[in-house]
Amino acid sequence: MSPLLEVEDLRVSFPTEDGVVHAVDGISYSVDTGKSLGVVGESGSGKSVSSLTMLGLTRSQGARIEGRIMFDGEDLITMPDSGLRKLRGNDIAMIFQDPLSSLHPFFKVGAQLTEAVLTHRKVSKSAARARALELLEVVGIPDPDRRVNEYPHEFSGGMRQRAMIAMALANEPKLLIADEPTTALDVTVQAQILALLEDLQRRLGMAIVIITHDLGVVAEIADSIAVMYAGRIVERGTADQIFHAPQHPYTWGLLMSIPRLNSPRGDELVPIAGRPPSLINRPSGCYFHPRCPYVQDAHRRVDPRLAPVNGDDGHTAACLLDPGVRTRIWEGVQSGRDVASLRRLAGSGSSAAGGSAVGGSAGGGSEAGGLGGGASVSEARAPEAQQ
Amino acid sequence: MTPLMEVRDLVKHFPIRKGIIVQRQVGAVKAVDGVSFDVQQGETLGIVGETGCGKSTTARLICRLMDPTSGSISFQGQQIAGLKGAELKALHRDMQMIFQDPYSSLNPRKTVGSIIADPFVIHGLYSGEGERKKRVQDLMDRVGLNPEHYNRYPHEFSGGQRQRIGVARAIALEPKLLVADEPVSALDVSIQAQVLNLLRGLQREMGLTLIFIAHDLSVVRHMCDRVAVMYLGRVVELSPSDILYSSPRHPYTGALLSAVPVPDPSDAKRDRQLLTGDVPSPANPPSACRFHTRCPKAQSKCSEVDPVLERKAGGSVAACHYPLTDDEVASLLPIGLARAVEAEPSAEAQPAP
Repeated sequence: MSPLLEVEDLRVSFPTEDGVVHAVDGISYSVDTGKSLGVVGESGSGKSVSSLTMLGLTRSQGARIEGRIMFDGEDLITMPDSGLRKLRGNDIAMIFQDPLSSLHPFFKVGAQLTEAVLTHRKVSKSAARARALELLEVVGIPDPDRRVNEYPHEFSGGMRQRAMIAMALANEPKLLIADEPTTALDVTVQAQILALLEDLQRRLGMAIVIITHDLGVVAEIADSIAVMYAGRIVERGTADQIFHAPQHPYTWGLLMSIPRLNSPRGDELVPIAGRPPSLINRPSGCYFHPRCPYVQDAHRRVDPRLAPVNGDDGHTAACLLDPGVRTRIWEGVQSGRDVASLRRLAGSGSSAAGGSAVGGSAGGGSEAGGLGGGASVSEARAPEAQQ
Repeated sequence: MTPLMEVRDLVKHFPIRKGIIVQRQVGAVKAVDGVSFDVQQGETLGIVGETGCGKSTTARLICRLMDPTSGSISFQGQQIAGLKGAELKALHRDMQMIFQDPYSSLNPRKTVGSIIADPFVIHGLYSGEGERKKRVQDLMDRVGLNPEHYNRYPHEFSGGQRQRIGVARAIALEPKLLVADEPVSALDVSIQAQVLNLLRGLQREMGLTLIFIAHDLSVVRHMCDRVAVMYLGRVVELSPSDILYSSPRHPYTGALLSAVPVPDPSDAKRDRQLLTGDVPSPANPPSACRFHTRCPKAQSKCSEVDPVLERKAGGSVAACHYPLTDDEVASLLPIGLARAVEAEPSAEAQPAP
């Protein structure tokens, strides 16, 4: 069975006065019916743009969009606007971060829900209204008979997000895209909303793409995870793989820079040095190399591709370090060894990797080049870089 | 040792007025309603709670950016609740604040140099142009900004750097007390760690006392020696971090901890205790224990008798008639937290490598 959603080599760039912004730079992933994918990354990593593109919401901005987004057997990129309009809010629904600015302040919540139903279904107004009431009940808004006649400003933050979810569910979508659905909410309300999403997913069999910067949230809800950096996916795998055997230094950085309830108090946090790169003038070689503590000379020239991690089904990472070295560094990172000694480890590994390219690319298949870990020399990207 | 600050029965009510020409007061939003705590010299005190629990109002009151309705605040032995004019200005040399939003707390039309020099201008310090510039550049260097960016404007900096500007401005006068109101909530995770480490480093170097307000319980645990949990304008639990996070006694604290998502998929199967509904309106808070409307353990006594803050079994100070038991805590907390608490003593026993 083919997956419900399959994104292949999606690229989105926007021309601006300062140059071309490469917001999304060749990402691929797929989501099966009833499963959830978490897309994690910092602001500006392209996680929102990629999902907006799915719904055709980046089209009008002069964007250059390439690649394929197959949903239920149809390509969303080439689909005409009229087709997308039929899909949006019907088979694919989206919920946004800020529920107050996503709900119309002049219309009653009930009217907005009814509209969502009437847009896609030929039903009577009263039937649509009954459906609106039912939806409010499904998402756990108390006293829906009264609430349906209230305006968004009369709702609390958590209830607005519930109303947004109700609207998204109006036509029982096959795919729900949730863009930072809980970022604006308190932890207690966040836990309620996440529980609601999980429950709805179980009952309706939806696929969910959840976009967030909060690793706690993805650990909670996602079956598989894609870590994005500077418009690319740098690591992809199941939740267990990403949290228990992460392969990319950026993923390590993310995991080590958050204080946790279950880590010993008083440990220094290990922040990721520097800040995300400009998407106009991207770094050469590996995009993460200016911030990577384990950078080697070759990493400044060679652009890593996502390559399978040995022995771990479905786990891929775009890193030039030798997989064996990566495992040793991650163990060191976890046990709190200092960066300098780990950096030496990285150095020793890369010379070894040159000699054992077979080991590095054993699982790399056709994608893997000769340079360990599956790499392509940056000359291949030269024409693009000159633009 | 006497505490740096003693807050007693602090109250702030915002009047709700009705009428167009003749306004009469029809009620009050009880944002802070009888809060008492001490702040010890050199410690970090955390204040946590949901939106609208009064934590930011408390911060503004103790910094005297707002006038309290009643109650007393003593700072270094001086009563500061009623200070005005020059005395208040002098007080602010010892007390500074860092705000949540690094975008709106910096004047976009001023250069970073003049923003950081503002405290010197206000208090008439280092009046020589060259000396003032040198001081500002020292400060920029100290918080990890490039001193050469003295003449740049806030929009040329990223969120994390702007927060550093806010920190530089706050420590310019070498205050004794720094109040940070959600200093990292607007920042990306990787940047958040940079700012947290900066604050901890500065605290060590300057012997600062820090009041750290946040809604992220993991961040608060990382930063704070003691933590006060607020609910609807009251402190419901106040304890050293280690005790509060391992054996919380107030059901609200338990519910907050239970709700924190832990970045570990093996923990996702935990049964969370979900609070139902929303925080009641602070204009019309529930009687007696304010949490009784949402509390899983509430009984009739809770709506009749107001509980007082007192030491409970396990050492935590909570205001509750029916505090959580150890068994209940064990089922509520993230698996890892219980594990970390058990593991900590053994980690201390081993010599550091």
